[in-house]
Amino acid sequence: MQRRTFLGLALAVTISYALPGANVASANALDTIASSGTLRVAVPQDFPPFGSVGSDMAPQGYDIDMANLIAEKLGVKTEIVPVTSANRIPYLQTNKVDLVISSLGKNAERDAVIDFSTPYAPFYNGVFAPADVAISSAADLAGKVVGVTRGSIEDLELTKVAPSEATIKRYEDNNGTISAFLSGQVDAVATGNVVAAAIIERNPPKRPEPKFLIKNSPCYVGMNENEPALMEKVNAIIAEAKADGSLNAISEKWLGIKLPEDL
Amino acid sequence: MNYTFNFDWIAQYYPVILKGIAITLELTLVGAVIGVGLGIFCAWARTLGPSWLRPPVAVYVELIRNTPFMVQLFFIFFGLPALGIRLGELPAANLAMIINLGAYSCEIIRAGIEATPKGQFEAGHALALRPLQIFWKIILLPALQRIWPALSSQIVIVMLGSAVVSQIAAEDITFAANFIQSRTFRAFEAYFVTTLIYLLLSILVRKGLDRLGFLLFPSSRVGSR
Repeated sequence: MQRRTFLGLALAVTISYALPGANVASANALDTIASSGTLRVAVPQDFPPFGSVGSDMAPQGYDIDMANLIAEKLGVKTEIVPVTSANRIPYLQTNKVDLVISSLGKNAERDAVIDFSTPYAPFYNGVFAPADVAISSAADLAGKVVGVTRGSIEDLELTKVAPSEATIKRYEDNNGTISAFLSGQVDAVATGNVVAAAIIERNPPKRPEPKFLIKNSPCYVGMNENEPALMEKVNAIIAEAKADGSLNAISEKWLGIKLPEDL
Repeated sequence: MNYTFNFDWIAQYYPVILKGIAITLELTLVGAVIGVGLGIFCAWARTLGPSWLRPPVAVYVELIRNTPFMVQLFFIFFGLPALGIRLGELPAANLAMIINLGAYSCEIIRAGIEATPKGQFEAGHALALRPLQIFWKIILLPALQRIWPALSSQIVIVMLGSAVVSQIAAEDITFAANFIQSRTFRAFEAYFVTTLIYLLLSILVRKGLDRLGFLLFPSSRVGSR
């Protein structure tokens, strides 16, 4: 009972802080950004390759490049605000940032409180294998050995879709799954594209190329509700970056793969 | 405490557990038989073997006894493929357990051999037995009888230590527990059942080894009934 009271109190405090923030943001955010000359962006502080601190102590990653790209197109400076995944939406709601570019996936709970742009980065679980392994769907896994991290989303989904002739090897953690793949103990791995990117970054003899999707949850730019001008501008910048190849360049730089066509 | 115990998952997952028991027993059996064989050979090499054989055996025994079993297992499973030797998870687990028990049982058996009174060797020579006969009948069997309880304990320790093979996706009892836990989130029940299974297996293996010792060493039957 005590715990519930505490949660209720915490919720009340959160709401009382969040609401005035939302009111402040209801002035046209695009004009505010232009007049202040800075775009304040919440980025992940410890989630490579989307956002982390480099050896020079400066934030780096896919999301930082994306933030700089948007600011550049808006003709303003970028102010990078490192956040955790738990407080990225509160930062937006309390008007501490203009945009959240923080490997943010879309779900109903978030959609109720903030708005989402079009997707700007791929984020999915899939089956990965070297280029010479012929797999294009779950049925092709028959006779193959697939490594996966036990109990993960991809384990549960793979178990559902894999044919009974496929052998699934379940490892304790991502490191075990990666090691099994690199040492050739398994033909393919089911994992997130971020994990695959981490493998590719080490320049291994076996490159995990995406074969098919298990579960797709791309990243979106988050912004406060009722900002049609800002929304239109951000979407236009994303569309332009997709068309002129600059978004593809960011994807190849940080994820080691081309931007998926259907993003 | 308002945790509700729920064992409904057993109906769905008992094949995973049965498979786990079979794999743990297979690993223990193969590891014990070949591992103790290797241990006997190494103990002979370190006590009565030719002098050129002693340093390499000593290096092997010290290397294995002074490194963690899990590292040995990972080296065989993840490391050796770089040298072109790729073993699946069960052969790799078998090999790791044989190598591990080989080193430990070598030292246990060596202690038994070194405790053999000198007069026993001399008696063998006086009876004009060949060196192999002396080693087998006069030295090894009494030595094994002396260290049998310690060797039995080591075999049980290796069986319990085999739990780490779940890390390389070998589907033993611990793998079954982790697997069930990750699907049902019934951590307490899954590990509770697993604990009971390990306890039961340990008692059975120990009883079995006691019985085997009774059959192997005729003199142990004297006055022990």
